[in-house]
Amino acid sequence: MSLCATTSQTVGPFFKIGLLWLSRNRLVEEGVTGERVTVRGRVIDGDGVPVPDAILEVWQANSHGKYAHPEDTQDKPLEGGFQGYGRIPVNAEGAFCFSTIKPGTVPGPDGKEQAPHLAITLFMRGLLRHLWTRMYFPNDSRNAADPILKLVPADRRSTLVATNAPNEPGAVEWNVILQGKNETVFFELGL
Amino acid sequence: MKPLAGYRAHYSGTQPNHLHPTYVSSIKRAPTQPLVHIPYTLTEVTGPSFGPELTSRAACDLTRQHKAEPLGERIVVSGRVLDENSRPLPNTLVEIWQANAAGRYRHEWDQHDAPLDPNFTGCGQAITDSEGRYHFVTIRPGEYPWRNHYNAWRPAHIHFSLFGPSFATRLVTQMFFPGDPLLPYDPIFNCTADEKARNRLISVFDWETTMPMHALGYKFDIILRGRDATPMEDE
Repeated sequence: MSLCATTSQTVGPFFKIGLLWLSRNRLVEEGVTGERVTVRGRVIDGDGVPVPDAILEVWQANSHGKYAHPEDTQDKPLEGGFQGYGRIPVNAEGAFCFSTIKPGTVPGPDGKEQAPHLAITLFMRGLLRHLWTRMYFPNDSRNAADPILKLVPADRRSTLVATNAPNEPGAVEWNVILQGKNETVFFELGL
Repeated sequence: MKPLAGYRAHYSGTQPNHLHPTYVSSIKRAPTQPLVHIPYTLTEVTGPSFGPELTSRAACDLTRQHKAEPLGERIVVSGRVLDENSRPLPNTLVEIWQANAAGRYRHEWDQHDAPLDPNFTGCGQAITDSEGRYHFVTIRPGEYPWRNHYNAWRPAHIHFSLFGPSFATRLVTQMFFPGDPLLPYDPIFNCTADEKARNRLISVFDWETTMPMHALGYKFDIILRGRDATPMEDE
């Protein structure tokens, strides 16, 4: 029998009641290998105003390029203390911040490796379906050959690539622009 | 790596568009550029898993999280989480949140002139069992006014958040109650074009889970995206 997926609805303005118990802005524990990185950014709406009531979720591989999930059958090590999941609410100024490690490369659709990236989902009042996007890392030569970035119009790819945070070694900046000039690229899953 | 099976595309009209102008908040927040279609890779078909140690008995009984019982009508909300291939989804985290019986959320931004209930937080979690079942005891939430348009009122609803087996199956939705006279006027409920899909957000009164002398039962099954039958071959 074939069923139809339940329709999506917005998280609304009061999601903190239900979702903050699991918030996690530190994805990595002591002793986990990999390059530490702090990700900072803001969520901005179509009026250029920061969104004070958004929440991001992050999913990523570990530094070896292995996902903590049974479907990842690669012969690469898992590490205790790293699940790869984050849930990060923005603050009243629309800003978010989380700390993690730069993931390794994982296989892409054509057998080629994907550049290191974070999968990001975004929930807020006004979004009837959550948004799906990715963050890539600055100055990584592998971005040029990434099979997913290649599907994005060239003039919009930079919206998915973080920049080095000024005067803060180990930190990157990546903003989510919901509309207008420099609108962040959002994905639909499935070709 | 073996070729990955992707997920089936949504049936036409069964999911809302991002922009739904009668829901005013979508106007400045919905993307204006077309979404970029991407294939399923290991990133999308994996996702976080959460074990039963994350939740407790108290987490799924919202009427027993404080010293005394909350005000309002006790209800049982239960159902199964399945995928589109009718397979039950065990070990799936189900999170709910809601207003109290008077239609007020315990949130600093909710300024509705209705009383807070010191014995009701309005937040619960459960992990589905081996048959994909979840079960909550709570209070029937009240309807409440909002500023979307003149004399706008939200129908009674409970927010649901689910993960499922991968990041691709992530779902946030709302459960409504049968016979609610506000449903035809609610732009959020009506954002889904397909009437049958929309109506599946309305729970069903259920004798089987109704607790004698204690609480009415409502059943709400949730369907998450299902895998394509065959793995995609490399072209």
